[in-house]
Amino acid sequence: MSLLAEMNEKALALGVPLSVHLDLTYRCNERCIHCYLDHDDRGEMTTAEMESVLDQLADAGVFFLTFSGGEVFLRRDFFHLVEYARRLLFNLKLKTNGVMIGDEEARRLRELGVEQVQLSVYSHREEVHDAITKLPGSLKRTVEAVRHLRAHGLKVTIANVLMTANSFDNGGVISLANKLGAFYTVDPTVTPKLDGDTSLLSLRIPGEELHEVFRDERVVNNVEEFCAPPTKPGADVMEGYPCSAGHTACYISPYGDVYPCVQFPLPTGNVRRQNFLDIWRGSPQMKEVRSIQIKDLPVCSTCSHAGSCTRCPGLAFMEGNMRGPSSADCEKSFQRTGIPTANMALRGASPAARLVQIQLPA
Amino acid sequence: MAETYIARSTAIAARLIGGEMMIMSAVDSTFFTLNEVATVIWHSADGQTPLAEIIERQVCGAFDVQPERAKADADRFVAELSQHGVLLVSDRPIAAAPSGESPASPTP
Repeated sequence: MSLLAEMNEKALALGVPLSVHLDLTYRCNERCIHCYLDHDDRGEMTTAEMESVLDQLADAGVFFLTFSGGEVFLRRDFFHLVEYARRLLFNLKLKTNGVMIGDEEARRLRELGVEQVQLSVYSHREEVHDAITKLPGSLKRTVEAVRHLRAHGLKVTIANVLMTANSFDNGGVISLANKLGAFYTVDPTVTPKLDGDTSLLSLRIPGEELHEVFRDERVVNNVEEFCAPPTKPGADVMEGYPCSAGHTACYISPYGDVYPCVQFPLPTGNVRRQNFLDIWRGSPQMKEVRSIQIKDLPVCSTCSHAGSCTRCPGLAFMEGNMRGPSSADCEKSFQRTGIPTANMALRGASPAARLVQIQLPA
Repeated sequence: MAETYIARSTAIAARLIGGEMMIMSAVDSTFFTLNEVATVIWHSADGQTPLAEIIERQVCGAFDVQPERAKADADRFVAELSQHGVLLVSDRPIAAAPSGESPASPTP
């Protein structure tokens, strides 16, 4: 077991929130067509409030901290908060669109010991990327930012959200990332808006295209292994937890609301009114999320994919039941392996299920 | 023989979890976990106290370990961490002690 895996196990056993995703703002200088946020400022935490949250997170044992948004560089106190967080010795990662990063900003980030910067690139083609961000010239500026960050020796990841508007461009983005010396990560999941609006889901790429993405060795490395049929889930899987949300990780909004994860909009408390650790340890909602084991999932516990599915409890929650299936992940499991999930079979939604027309006599 | 002084670098991420210090180098992302003795040395690495004195007072004084063995272990620990930029080592006191002074956040 790696040291990091050991650390995770220890944090899980001790109830330590090892990773926190903190959105500094929801304001943004891009208007991405798939974004799940409302970009108006509805009362962001002040600098002093942010400092207090960071102090509390350090005291709670948080090691991995992500600053995201919105666009983090839109906060006037951004570098102050980075400096403050680094003084508290967090392992700090930033998520940004990079359009405000020049040479000086990159130099400061390196100097402050930021671990990694993740930037979203939707396409290697300006007309596609800029049409998604709705900011003319944004691809050029983001690529320039990557160059500045790499020139100062920062670790950079290019995140490529795939949707209908750019589904055939991931190869071009991979090549771009290689050329720039950046890591590449792909995410084929468009999520509903935080207010529950599901209109964005029409942007999700269709299953057939997902099938192709999962067979691209530049994306998944070992296709045979990645697309292998699921193995029968054992007792260890059934006793396990769906993901780290609420167990060793959580999310804090710019308004101080604490959620199990950025994709799990179940309010558990607010750091403006309560101490972070009181929410983390005592919130009934956090405790409920924490109590759910795979065996408690009525449909998913019967599914052959239970041991390998990427089921997101937050997406399941947004579909109406945190113990239910996440249909986006059902689709991924199906497109990855060709084997329908229990949920698909139940709903008669899989091609295999539709083919069953003859009932054999008993 | 010249003294050795050690100081904690600020180019790290660190947190005390369940009595063990977790450290990641911001220079090369190498990850370390320190045992109880190494954690004591880490906390004492103020850039002003000679390593020999740290070993004598903080290690031999508190743990059941022979001085030769403690010195050998400490030398190896210091060499490895300094190689990854996690500890600063000098033969004279390190004036600019690290400003990040909260690696010892209490275990919840």
